[in-house]
Amino acid sequence: METLLQQIVNGLVVGSVYALVALGYTMVYGILGLINFAHGEVVMIGALTALQTLLILMGVAPDMAPLLKLAIAVLVAMPVCMLLGFLMERLAYRRLRGAPRLAPLITAIGMSFLLQTLAMIIWGRNYHTFPQLISTAPMQPIPGVFVTPVQVAIVIVSALVMAGLILLVTKTRLGRAMRATAENHRVAALMGVDTNAIIALTFVIGAGLAAVAGVMFASNYGIAHYAMGFMPGLKAFTAAVLGGIGNLGGAMLGGIVLGLVEAVGAGYIETMTFGFLNSSYQDIFAFVILGIVLIFRPTGLLGERVSDRA
Amino acid sequence: MNELIEAVPFLGKRNPKLTKWLIIILALVAPLIAAYFGRSWMRILDFALLYMMLALGLNLVVGFAGLLDLGYIAFYAVGAYTWAFLASPHFGVHMPFWIVLPLGAAFAALAGIILGFPVLRLRGDYLAIVTLGFGEIVRIFMNNLNHPVNITNGPQGINALDSLNLFGWNLSQSLSFGDFKIHYLYLYYYFFLLCVVGSIIFIKRLQISRVGRAWAAMRDDELAAKAIGINVRNMKLLAFSLGATFGGVAGGLFGSFQGFVSPESFSLMESIAVLTMVVFGGMGNIAGAIVGALALTALPEILRNIALPVQEALFGTVILDPEVLRMLLLSLAMILMMLLRPAGLVPAHARYSRPELLKGGA
Repeated sequence: METLLQQIVNGLVVGSVYALVALGYTMVYGILGLINFAHGEVVMIGALTALQTLLILMGVAPDMAPLLKLAIAVLVAMPVCMLLGFLMERLAYRRLRGAPRLAPLITAIGMSFLLQTLAMIIWGRNYHTFPQLISTAPMQPIPGVFVTPVQVAIVIVSALVMAGLILLVTKTRLGRAMRATAENHRVAALMGVDTNAIIALTFVIGAGLAAVAGVMFASNYGIAHYAMGFMPGLKAFTAAVLGGIGNLGGAMLGGIVLGLVEAVGAGYIETMTFGFLNSSYQDIFAFVILGIVLIFRPTGLLGERVSDRA
Repeated sequence: MNELIEAVPFLGKRNPKLTKWLIIILALVAPLIAAYFGRSWMRILDFALLYMMLALGLNLVVGFAGLLDLGYIAFYAVGAYTWAFLASPHFGVHMPFWIVLPLGAAFAALAGIILGFPVLRLRGDYLAIVTLGFGEIVRIFMNNLNHPVNITNGPQGINALDSLNLFGWNLSQSLSFGDFKIHYLYLYYYFFLLCVVGSIIFIKRLQISRVGRAWAAMRDDELAAKAIGINVRNMKLLAFSLGATFGGVAGGLFGSFQGFVSPESFSLMESIAVLTMVVFGGMGNIAGAIVGALALTALPEILRNIALPVQEALFGTVILDPEVLRMLLLSLAMILMMLLRPAGLVPAHARYSRPELLKGGA
């Protein structure tokens, strides 16, 4: 029982980070029909930029309050990632609008590996320890189940960010323009929406969320390195598909569900397969779920029909 | 062949006959030229031929049938591990190549069908992600199947694989006629060359056959292809399994040549590398796959030899190591080719593909 509860806690924490990243995928897909393969790499750039900022801050002002340092790091990482998102859209994806499907996807894959390589050049191949500025001393709300303050902070912050995004999309003029563009570019343009600006903005918002998610990932695991974004990126994409791609609520639901399935699955896979498979197979869950969802319910949990778009 | 000849700048269109002979002669003497620069270059040539086989196979799936497969390297892995299981001291089994290679190809084809069945209904980008997941699953299993029963020996991989033994003639031992010695890398080169030429002839025949035309129709418009009576499901499965077969054979040859297999050789980066070769050369085009494989195997090596001394001279240390250079080159090649020349270095012949479809909106 304690194992189950513990894995549910872990799953919720990881799941809420997946949800943040999944939002970036789903927004871009909703508007452009493009899988922005490089989105996971934006997460990585966010984490490493924050790390770099923290290291500088610790050198310049070692006495600063830890929370303030972390806040500054996030506030530096977000604009950097937003700029990156903007540049990707402007320099590569915009030129490929209207090209056959495979062209933007191949470009996005190239972009993903380009960002990884650049990060490798800047930060090297090593794993960097990410400073734990929020306490990691475990608390025991229920005996046998450990929760750290970092984990609590991650869940709260991502809930706040997601609530903010929903408000932005559903309640503001800008959000209405975004929804109109996702519905139909041309008609939205006829109604006076600057669709190019809206599409660029979508990339920028997604990248900002990815930056926050990157800092969360790095704080949760205490490490950051050049390839850290790839797997979470794929999993977040899976989460977006699971929830119904193009659907904001779906991305959040998908993220949480995927996090839970993965954590609980990893906790029990050894007993379930009689010791044949163990928790090193954890990464398989996401791919298996992705396959099953796409084959049996390509619309996802909450989405509309998309599988026929070629 | 004609496409390859036309792709040669200046000479190709003016004097096709001469160009043809030049290409043939160049292919035959290439290892001699490489040997002049050192053994490592001969190895690189051998690998270039293996990559050509992979690129030809992937081109079949991506270029001919229009199915973007990001897990292609898994079939290469199946072929290589089949060789490792059936021809190495790992299980103490030493079967001859004429059993192991076809078996590897068959297993790879089977894996292709296993992958193909569930993803039949998916198109375009979804297909790409699911195939990527398939490739990763295969790699994760290779990495972890050393426990509780040791099957793949985990991340350490399997070594001391048997070398290629053609009915008693071991390709890994240098031939010697008295004082005159032929190094084993030459033997492998010519054997691989033979395989590549065989593949080219087979794929060329396939391309202009009923099957090839059905694939082209399916790629350009699936609905229309269905309407004229093409069995899209079977055609897709055929594309997956035939493409996988090439991967399986190349994998077996890789195992025998390298003498060592480990999951590291079958990472996603390798799938992407082969895909870049196909894209770089020109999708749906045999000559393109060959040019792409050759260019993207040789370029990183040339860069390695030029860039490293230059960096040492300029900065005193090596800033960009060869692996980083390779990744940089591959990713830039992918992005820039799609932006500037989506049809590739050697655009497919109009007879087999409709370049105007590449420009128009879909």
